[in-house]
Order: sequence, then C-alpha cells, then structure tokens
Amino acid sequence: MKPLLEIKDAVKTIYNDDENLNILNHINLTINPKDFLVVLGTNGAGKSTLLDAITGTNELSSGKILLNGKDITDENLAKRSRNISRVYQDPKSGTAPRMTVAENLLLAKRRGLPRRLHLRHLKENMDEFQKLISNLPTLDNRLNTFTEKLSGGQRQTLSFLMAIIQKPELLLLDEHTAALDPQTSKDLMELTNKVILEKELTCMMITHDLSDAMKYGNRLIVLKKGEIILDLNQAEKDKIKEKDLLQYF
Amino acid sequence: MNLIVSTISQGFIWSIMAIGLFITFRILDFPDMTVEGSFPLGAVTAISLIQAGHSTLFALLMAFIFGCLAGFATAFLYAKLNVPILLAGILTMTALYSINLRILGKANMSLTKSRNIFTEFGLNKLPTNFNGIILGIIIIALIIFLLIIFLNTEKGQAVIATGDNETMAASLGINTTVMKFIGLMVSNGIVALTGGLIAQQNGFADVNMGIGVIVIGLSAIIIGEVIYPDVPLSIRLITIVIGSIVYRLILMIVLQLGFNTNDLKLISAIILALCLALPTIREQFLKTMRNGVKTK
Repeated sequence: MKPLLEIKDAVKTIYNDDENLNILNHINLTINPKDFLVVLGTNGAGKSTLLDAITGTNELSSGKILLNGKDITDENLAKRSRNISRVYQDPKSGTAPRMTVAENLLLAKRRGLPRRLHLRHLKENMDEFQKLISNLPTLDNRLNTFTEKLSGGQRQTLSFLMAIIQKPELLLLDEHTAALDPQTSKDLMELTNKVILEKELTCMMITHDLSDAMKYGNRLIVLKKGEIILDLNQAEKDKIKEKDLLQYF
Repeated sequence: MNLIVSTISQGFIWSIMAIGLFITFRILDFPDMTVEGSFPLGAVTAISLIQAGHSTLFALLMAFIFGCLAGFATAFLYAKLNVPILLAGILTMTALYSINLRILGKANMSLTKSRNIFTEFGLNKLPTNFNGIILGIIIIALIIFLLIIFLNTEKGQAVIATGDNETMAASLGINTTVMKFIGLMVSNGIVALTGGLIAQQNGFADVNMGIGVIVIGLSAIIIGEVIYPDVPLSIRLITIVIGSIVYRLILMIVLQLGFNTNDLKLISAIILALCLALPTIREQFLKTMRNGVKTK
C-alpha cells in the first residue's frame, strides 16, 4: 500500500536555556490511507509541534514530509490546507466568532482554494449545511447563529464539521475534546469516530485521554521527549490494557 | 434650524471617513493610525489637482488612490515586515506629513478656483448646507452598496475571517497577508476620499487637518454600536452614519452650552471615552442594582 504521509528524519530544534533542544528528535513515521492513528504523550513531548510541522505552521529544522509521495516540506500553510485539515484544542481557534455557523461552513467548503471576487452563494449551500447539522441536536436550527453565541462544545463540533466538510486527505485532531466537559467530550468523540469510519478518513489524533486512546483508532503511538517510544498496530493494541500505557508517562 | 442642518450635513460627510475606519477597526480588528495622515493626504491631493485645473471627480479619484497607497505602506510594514500595527500606522502617518507638505508646497492652501464638487454638479443651487447632505447621501449609498457587495464575495468573506480569527483563516488556506493589504488599502482610500470631499466643502486643505480624525471616526462607530447593538454587518454600516450625525449633534450642543472651541478636541476625546466606557458603566450599574435588590 502506498503511504499517505511519510515523515522522514524530522528534527525541530529550539534554543532554550543556553542549549539546543530537539523538540522533535529524528522522527520517522508513515501513515497509510484510512489509518486512524492515535498519538499519546506528556506535555512537551512534541505532539503539537509534530502537527504544526505537518500543516506547515512551523517549519522543521531538518527532515522531510511527503504527502502521497510528494515532498511538501517547503509548501506553505495555504497550499497544504487543500489536503490537510486540523481541529485545534481551543474551541475558539477553529471558528470565526462574528460570522454565522453557515458562513463558517461556507469558508471551510473552499478550504485551500483561492478566494475569488465572486459572490459567495450562501443560500445555494444552505440545504447541504442543514443536512450536515440535522442529526446534531446541539447545532440544529443554528445555521444563522453567530458563532460567538455558541457554547464551547457547539463551537468545537462546528470546527470539526468545518474540517471534514471538504473531505481532507489527512485530518489532524489536536486534543480536540480536551477543553470540553465529559459528556460533550464523549459526544464529540463518538461523532468523530463515526464520521472517520463512514467517510474512510485518514486521521491523526492527539489525546491525553488513555481510555479514548484505547477505544478509538487502529494504531497507537506514544511520543516522549520528541521521540516515538511505542508504535502499536491494531492487533498489538488489542493485547494491552489501559494501565499498561501508564509506564510511558 | 440652519445650525442643525449644517451639523447633520457635517455628520453625513464625516461618516464616510468613519466607514473607512470601520474596515480596519472592526473588520480587521486593529486600530490604524494611518488615517491621521491619509485624511489630509486626500485633502491636499484634491485641492492641488483642482487648483492645477483638473476636474473635481478626477481629484477625488486620485485622493482615493493616494489613500490606498498610504494603506499599502502601512500594510507592508505590518504584514510583511512584522512591525506592530500601531507603530506601522504611526510611521506612515509621520511620513505622510512630509509627503503632504511636498504635494501642497506649503502648510495650507485655499481653493481659489470657483469650482468644487458641489458647483460642478449643481448642488450649490440647493438651500445652504443641503448640498453636503445630498452629496453625503449619494456617496455613502454608493460606498455602502459597494462594500456590502464586496463583503459578500469570497474575498470579502476572507477579509472578515482574517480579522475575526487569523489562525482559523490561515488554516483554511486564506492568504491573511493579502487580506490585510486589501483592508488597509480600501480603508485608507475611503478616508482620503473623505479628506478630499471635506477640503472641497471647506474650501481649503491643511497638512494638520488630520489631527484627531481617528477620534471622530471611532466616536461615530462606537455611538452607532451603542445605539444599535447586535445588528448584521450591512446594518452596522448604516449605524455608523447615524453615529456620526449623533456625535456632531452632541458636539453642537456642547458648543452651544458655551464651551470654548479650543476645547473641541478635549470634548471629542471625552465623548469617545464615555461611549467606550458605557458598556462597563451599564454593567456595573446593573450589578449594583441587582445586589441592591438582593440585599433588600
């Protein structure tokens, strides 16, 4: 199988306390199409830096990133966003507060495409947006609500919908349920899993929640001090218990 | 009565500048000091060109274009060279003072030609001060119409998204740098256009006429928001016009009460400060009232 994403010898170095520190320390990682990879790690392990490097928010010090065999290491964020979408941890990071839910969805529908001087055709897309949110009680009938009026959970659900409205080749979830209350977090995680399986998305999800890490995904890696210290496929994952993961923290 | 009509006329014309300022202050979400330089830039450009024999419309067009260039300079400093926006605006504003002096050749110039935008279109035949109202309404209608159309395009939505949440906009592939350029250029273009209009209405241009315009523009925006909170973007543009007229009426009342005209800038700043503080004062008042009720 041709890999979707290949990270080759990725290094990210920062200058900290009079010394060079490798936040990513020679990372090699391959993700195949339809993989649902869960990434675990303590704070400062390099998880978000890894996502930043994949999206192009933060450049690598050395190493390469290939998407579908094509080297995207030097591509900018805008160009990469055509194929890669991301949901941030903070519900406020993923949506425009003074725009309505429908306007946010329309922006996301043209993810990675040039913004033309054409009228935006909001009305023509309302049926599609309505269908998208119809099974979500928290967002139903809220297409014309300004996003700033939504709760954190509603905003994060919208961020997730914005990330998948145009099927991404790679979906990155950066602790996207961490800032939510337990029930909302559970609901969003179940929606996430359902959509990923239904749409056959390739996903890389960072989480701190060990039970989520065990429950979801078909592959699990653990990052520590910028290195991958554990990489389990589905069969290997099935053999371990949640408490076994504690030793890596 | 004549004084009220004159005040309303001033309110209409100055609201055009406030609409320009709205693009940076509310849509892109940062204060742009460039306007204190681009406003007189528009004035000196228009007066110089009319004095040189060009048509008043051409003079206004050039005022708009020069304003756009001023916005470009600030955008370049801010979005390309990472100079903080407040400093970028101050730098351009300072540089524009010399440029305005260069264009005008001296600190101020009167319009000795009998032509201006009002005479050229026969608006001078209207009763006194109504010409400003009619011209103001025509230009405001045109600018609001064009702005609403633009903001409803994909590019316009990208400008709004950039001001609203730059991280999100960038992650959706929006070139936020270009959007900042567009916003700053259009904003300063409109502000300079207003400078050109007001110079023609007053019959002169002065390189110092930009001092305090940011306070006038912000007052119009904030008063509009205080009177009409939580309205859609297109309506907000109209509330700026209302805010501008109300602001002028407040100033008129204050001056009629016998305040010294030298204190005008001080009064303007106090009015703006009060408007900005109004939501907090209202919240504190309601909190005190609620606590008072509970205690009883």
